[in-house]
Amino acid sequence: MSALEHLPNSDQIGDTGLLRFLTCGSVDDGKSTLIGRLLYDTKTILADTLHAMERTSARRGHEAVDLSLLTDGLQAEREQGITIDVAYRYFTTGRRKYIIADAPGHEQYTRNMVTAASTANLAIILIDARKGILTQTRRHSYLAHLVGIPHIVVAINKMDLVDHDQATYDRICGEYLAFAAKLGIQDVRFIPLSALNGDMIVDRGEKLGWYTGPTLLDILEAAPTAHSERDERFRFPVQYVCRPQKSDDPALHDYRGFMGRVESGEIKSGDAVIVLPSERRTRIKRIELNGEVLPMAIAEQSITLLLEDEIDISRGDMIVRADEPAQITRQIDAIVCWLGESPLDPARKYLVRQTTRESKAALAGITYRLNINTLEQESAQQLNVNDIARVSFRLAQPLCVDRYEDNRSTGAFIVIDEATNNTVGAGMIVAAG
Amino acid sequence: MPNHTKILSHLDWLEAESIHIMREVAGQCSNPALLFSGGKDSIVMLRLAEKAFRPGRFPFPLLHVDTGHNYREVIDFRDFRAHQLGERLIVRNVEDSMKRGSVVLKTPTESRNKHQSVTLLEAIEEFGFDCCIGGARRDEEKARAKERIFSFRDSFGQWDPKNQRPELWNLFNARVHKGENIRAFPISNWTELDIWQYIEREALELPSIYFAHKRPVIRKNGLLQPVTDVTPAKPGDVIEEMLVRFRTVGDITCTAPVESDADTVHKIIEETATTTITERGATRMDDQTSEASMEQRKKEGYF
Repeated sequence: MSALEHLPNSDQIGDTGLLRFLTCGSVDDGKSTLIGRLLYDTKTILADTLHAMERTSARRGHEAVDLSLLTDGLQAEREQGITIDVAYRYFTTGRRKYIIADAPGHEQYTRNMVTAASTANLAIILIDARKGILTQTRRHSYLAHLVGIPHIVVAINKMDLVDHDQATYDRICGEYLAFAAKLGIQDVRFIPLSALNGDMIVDRGEKLGWYTGPTLLDILEAAPTAHSERDERFRFPVQYVCRPQKSDDPALHDYRGFMGRVESGEIKSGDAVIVLPSERRTRIKRIELNGEVLPMAIAEQSITLLLEDEIDISRGDMIVRADEPAQITRQIDAIVCWLGESPLDPARKYLVRQTTRESKAALAGITYRLNINTLEQESAQQLNVNDIARVSFRLAQPLCVDRYEDNRSTGAFIVIDEATNNTVGAGMIVAAG
Repeated sequence: MPNHTKILSHLDWLEAESIHIMREVAGQCSNPALLFSGGKDSIVMLRLAEKAFRPGRFPFPLLHVDTGHNYREVIDFRDFRAHQLGERLIVRNVEDSMKRGSVVLKTPTESRNKHQSVTLLEAIEEFGFDCCIGGARRDEEKARAKERIFSFRDSFGQWDPKNQRPELWNLFNARVHKGENIRAFPISNWTELDIWQYIEREALELPSIYFAHKRPVIRKNGLLQPVTDVTPAKPGDVIEEMLVRFRTVGDITCTAPVESDADTVHKIIEETATTTITERGATRMDDQTSEASMEQRKKEGYF
């Protein structure tokens, strides 16, 4: 199949939106080859890139083009022989656009994986069919689940190296299901692959005839995009207030537009809303963008809201529907992944940024630290880079929050070190107040 | 079942994300600027800025660092578009940096392209900008694939790929100390094809050299080198009059056209979808000098 035969028309009939997914695994599992194969088979890799890869492959003594070269990154990485960072890659099938977050398997795995997972709606977890489920597989699965990725695809790769044996595949699936049930992972699918030969990625190949399910690309094409599966509450953090001044247009003298992105849910003109944290009530007068009036807006749309009543609203406030309140709180319990090189210091104040709002925060306690290999809870006095722990913070300013489980936008926050301005922590709210 | 079966098309999604990023810049930074060259990516950026901030003015001026070696059509378009939008355009010239002595060319004919970084950093200092919004895309080049949407630069304008701020969810961190700055890239997640599809959907005007036109060129190292005042033919060169268009426009000395008869946006989209060469591979003489040249330039303050 050539993906380009289905290239989108400009009228976008049949456009099924955009899917962000994550690939986890190490180079040894064939992750780079898998990504290379997806890009190659959907004709995303162009001839000059391919030629550069052919030259490098030949120089390194490979017979076929080494598709993993495609994910070879920066000079700084090649010098040190490591993968530093999450890389983002793109391909389209014409029906759908994809953003791959490619998280390196070894270095800084927790920090990188949590970063890559934060925006993904699906995760592909690679398993080497010869090795089966490893500690790393459990770690990746746990992190994907922790960061709330709703769909997990377990790709059992290198089937060519186990003679395409169905029994091997079935055994790994069974083991994985038992462990996924313990973690509470609900949506998990399995697929046998040979990324090297391209079997079951875009084309089915001939060696895995016993597998009758969809190819990997079919799974991706049919996967639900973010916000499309369940009703969500309307959440609109105000980013910017538009008050056109010195305008020649008298109609604009009283214009006050509240600009932002619908983080979740939907809103219609005329809906009753509450502004948080002031809890003032009003109605939506108009939804617009660049002069165009919109009857309604849905999740992830950037819009401007005009309200019936003149209420004092600034950046950091949140507009919600009157029948869908959020919690206003000065204390949060959260699962935090520590990202900073310096440990979390209980004596210091940090800055928490959640939606468009910021507050000073002080650590109120570390409930436990999670051992990412055994998944056991341990007591801890401080947190180091790549640690995951349940902690509570006291806040100087109230935040308007939901539990992360209910809302991946309003339930998430980052921790900033004011001395360096670095982002040093990522948090997911478990409970408020 | 959810009662909303509506989902955003991929272009709507990209547009919404870019608007969100621009509004975050406006909300978090005190003195940003938007880099506008008159090229297609920055033309898309201006439409996104209109969507983000109208009916208000843009909360930032437009800034162009001009090497003095740009195509006239593009510079004219730059001025026309800024005027049409009623927004402030600041132009700073590499030639002025040369006069000041902060840019020294190794030879009089050396490309000024990489020296833009110096002039850009001088402009940042002159105006005290704490953020420059740029139109770079992650699909352009592998040094870009790993860059943040909000990319931190130290007081020398340097990018340190080993020490980038983690970027999670839609939570961007634009905090800087005095003298440091942020480069924000609202169209990071767009590809060349997305750009052209958006140009078509929004019916955006472009400089004429993006469309097929006749131009004298010389075939060199697999690229077409345009014959211009800045890049004249050398003895022995074979000049051909060819039907070409530019996929990317920039400094004349390092931007090559491609052979093409695509004279409408729609034809360009079809060509882009079926092309076999990457955008920079076909057109950028500067990136071909070494595999890591973009990474190197970015470390030196290039956007």
